[in-house]
Amino acid sequence: MVAKGKIVWVSGPAVKADGMSSAKMYETVGVGDTKLIGEVLRLTGDTAFIQVYESTSGLRPGEPVVGTGQPLSVLLGPGIIGKIYDGIQRPLDDIAQKSGAFIGRGISTTPVPMDKKYKFSPLLKKGDSIAGGSILGTVEETPLLTHSILVPPTHPGGEITEIVGEGEYDLEHPVAYVKGKNSAKSELKMYHKWPVRRPRPYTDRYDPTVPLITGQRIIDTYFPIAKGGTGAIPGGFGTGKTVTLHQIAKWADSKVVVYIGCGERGNEMTEVLVEFPHLLDPRSGRPLMERTVLVANTSNMPVAAREASIYTGVTIAEYYRDMGFDVVLVADSTSRWAEALREMSGRLEEMPAEEGYPSYLASRLAEFYERAGRVRALGSPERAGSVTIVGAVSPSGADFTEPVTTHTIRFIKTFWALDTRLAYSRHYPSINWMQSYSGYLEDVSKWWKENVSADWYDLRAESYHILQREDTLKEIVRLLGPEALPDEEKLVLEVARMIKIGILQQNSFDKIDTYCSPEKQLKLVRLMVKFYKESQNSLKGGKSLADIRAMPIITSLLKAKFEIPDDQMPKLDELDRRMSEEFKGTLAREVEVTV
Amino acid sequence: MRWKSLSESIGVEYTKVAEIKGPLIIIDGVTKASFDELVEIETTEGDRRLGKVLEVGYGKAVVQVFEGTTGLAITGTKAKFLGKTMTMPVSQELLGRVFDGLGRPNDGLPDPVADKFLDVNGEPMNPESREYPTSFIQTGVSVIDGMLTLVRGQKLPIFSGSGMPHSILAAQIARQATVVGTKEDFAVVFAAIGVQYSEAQYFKRSLEESGALRRSVLFLNLADDPAIERIITPRVALTVAEYLAFDLGMHVLAILTDMTNYAEALREISAAREEVPGRKGYPGYLYTDLANNYERAGRIKGKNGSVTQVPILSMPADDITHPIPDLTGYITEGQIVLGRDLFRKGIYPPVNVLMSLSRLMKDGVGEGKTRSDHMEVGNQLYDLYSRAQEVRALAEIVGKAGLTGVDLKYLDAGDMFESYFLKQNPDENRNLEETMARAWAILSTLPEGELTKIKDKHVKQYHKKADK
Repeated sequence: MVAKGKIVWVSGPAVKADGMSSAKMYETVGVGDTKLIGEVLRLTGDTAFIQVYESTSGLRPGEPVVGTGQPLSVLLGPGIIGKIYDGIQRPLDDIAQKSGAFIGRGISTTPVPMDKKYKFSPLLKKGDSIAGGSILGTVEETPLLTHSILVPPTHPGGEITEIVGEGEYDLEHPVAYVKGKNSAKSELKMYHKWPVRRPRPYTDRYDPTVPLITGQRIIDTYFPIAKGGTGAIPGGFGTGKTVTLHQIAKWADSKVVVYIGCGERGNEMTEVLVEFPHLLDPRSGRPLMERTVLVANTSNMPVAAREASIYTGVTIAEYYRDMGFDVVLVADSTSRWAEALREMSGRLEEMPAEEGYPSYLASRLAEFYERAGRVRALGSPERAGSVTIVGAVSPSGADFTEPVTTHTIRFIKTFWALDTRLAYSRHYPSINWMQSYSGYLEDVSKWWKENVSADWYDLRAESYHILQREDTLKEIVRLLGPEALPDEEKLVLEVARMIKIGILQQNSFDKIDTYCSPEKQLKLVRLMVKFYKESQNSLKGGKSLADIRAMPIITSLLKAKFEIPDDQMPKLDELDRRMSEEFKGTLAREVEVTV
Repeated sequence: MRWKSLSESIGVEYTKVAEIKGPLIIIDGVTKASFDELVEIETTEGDRRLGKVLEVGYGKAVVQVFEGTTGLAITGTKAKFLGKTMTMPVSQELLGRVFDGLGRPNDGLPDPVADKFLDVNGEPMNPESREYPTSFIQTGVSVIDGMLTLVRGQKLPIFSGSGMPHSILAAQIARQATVVGTKEDFAVVFAAIGVQYSEAQYFKRSLEESGALRRSVLFLNLADDPAIERIITPRVALTVAEYLAFDLGMHVLAILTDMTNYAEALREISAAREEVPGRKGYPGYLYTDLANNYERAGRIKGKNGSVTQVPILSMPADDITHPIPDLTGYITEGQIVLGRDLFRKGIYPPVNVLMSLSRLMKDGVGEGKTRSDHMEVGNQLYDLYSRAQEVRALAEIVGKAGLTGVDLKYLDAGDMFESYFLKQNPDENRNLEETMARAWAILSTLPEGELTKIKDKHVKQYHKKADK
């Protein structure tokens, strides 16, 4: 029996209702005459404490509250890709149709059109046995994506007594009938529902060993993330969190991207909506929107739905993972989610821990990041899929010791620290190469060796070593000036500057520079390392640093990133030859002079 | 419902006041009241004040009184619940008028006729319905146009400090802002939030002298006006801005000054409600609350108008990590930061470019919008000034003599940037061509090889090769 109660108290997004003794924890309820969507957070006697996902302006005590008997769930089936949802999976385009440019309240929609017909191709036949998670058949969701129709993971399994033939069906049309152990019969449709706060189950978990290629040099080459891994990107405002996340969403070599705009700017979501349909995936040549799902709960949308948006997004990501795809989930920003948690906690009058955040902040963060991973999916056929989670963190005052950042660091393996000082000098992406780290470096180096070049690991280490040396030398320069250093060390500063400009800095808004293939990344690194070694030799051969600084090749090396596109790789080899010649030329001149 | 009809308003009246503390009054025995409902409080003397419901239940209503609780008594005070949320009457007649912080006319003229009444809280704009901002606004201020481009529908705050010329800069933007190639003028909505009389007066006079006052709407909550009223001032102003933009199709420039006073009023209420504070005593929902104001900017698909927001806030002790500028920066699309050092040097506008940023610049400039080298030149100027600052710091230690050739060039270029590009008069209106010419004049003092952020073809086209 569903609960039917009455509102007794309202304060912002928090509502208390009496007569709710049959309500369950985390059940969704309809609040008030307009049936605003809410969720039960606490039960005391027959009083339920409810967080409401819409504005409660005008709500009054005495209005009804009706339970649904269901926890907050998402609908999973074809039609999700390309959509933009609010925090509780309501399509924003449907809301716009119903309430205009401004979001009204109490609007009910379906997450995907239930009457749209999809061409279903069965993979199984009558008599086949199935288990939870098995693939019944497929549907072409977008030209980029073949959607597998999954048996709900909690299904007890059984034998197919009937399955429809290839044909067009809408989502409510049963596609298969199953007889279970106790001859219990069930029908299966092309969709099922899943509670967002419950991770979808899998058979087994694998180690992440394949890098997620993002086309961003500092990420792929220096601080890689593996498919199925976790990463966080904390940074003060203006350090470029959102731009970096957009870059990952655009260029990552995953099959599906789930982008969660959690308490962020409205125009940023609009930017994705405007840009992605026109941007082409570098691998398939199809519009990026055909692999993207957006969950947008902007900063001015109700705060409780912001809390839910993270779960909505990760559940959708897990669903596509279960089809055997690599999925990337980016969440911008987890700090706003934590603030939503804090706000509800405050209204519940819970005892606060650090900075007013609830004591369960850390465990909630851990639960969220733990939903990443590379897994063997349930059911047959055997398949592996992954969810990679990248979360932005917006530390107050760019202070990395605040609770959300410190707790997040405990649960992630790749850490891209954004640096306000780098951003001020317009070094973008402003990822600090001394503070950042990747726990996947060793895991993915095999892939690089096998797929790009055997010397990847060494080149990376050599170039990184130059940056490390520069970091220590900088202290001396700060105190004594650069002239206090011997030429050998000045050369380190010079080459570090070249690596910073020519490799680490990357312009997301430049047509060519925005994506850099792994091959090009490696060639650029190799050029810089070679330049360093050749210069060292020249110095030893008696050449002055001024001569090296005057070499015309330097400017070409620094601009190669945006002057030479990925499909003109021989030009980089040409640069290599020119460099050798220039060094030979100067050395030769040197010899002439001494003779 | 407000204005004239205020005295005739109908509603349920309660007289049982349980408690009065700070800006709050708690009414007992309330049977019919809703969250966010507007309340009219009548004092024993017959004065009427407005408030709104913050919390309701178990027979109690917590009401926040905008005009303050001074003089209210437990006995004899009446509270009338008006059955609706706070609205602002709007119409074209608002243009050229001056209102108080709650949206009541205070220029001595008759009440304007209302076309409709709009909820001052507004509703969140659907990201799906937004039109992405891409039209370049020429402000005539070189540093803004060249490096921190403002785009129609953007929210770009000015982070200032006490005594610095943020009002002069905002007034200059309001006078000079144009979209190149169009004849449409901006309508200006100006909200003074707890600022001094002289500052509000300066702004008003500046609009008057340029003839912009007749397409402006002013809301004034001055320093000596009730503090709690400040919660409403930006809301009524932005409600009017949205109406002018999306109902009447005008391009609106909304200037809100000073948002720090707004946040402080918010803190006062939060403290009175004994809420668990976040940083520096500000409520945990400060971010959300600020966002509800700042996000009321933008453009809408299929509509002509736009709301461009320039909020001004003073950073307490010039500290950019203070919660108010910090959270603002996380919401707005960039920030213009005024620097104390430049101000002391007598440079106007004293924009600390390295700390400033316009996130939408990339979308408003370039081929077909401004010039194809615009973004690259902006980036190179940042790089130049950042290098110049490093060299300056170095020169202080090792002396100018210890610097190498290129470093010296940067030192001079940095000085030239400040005196020739950044510095300009408050009434000097430079067009984009002039701004770009000045930028290239500075960049041309560096060798071509230093311009690593600019494509070779642009270097060839514009670099003056001064060093050769």
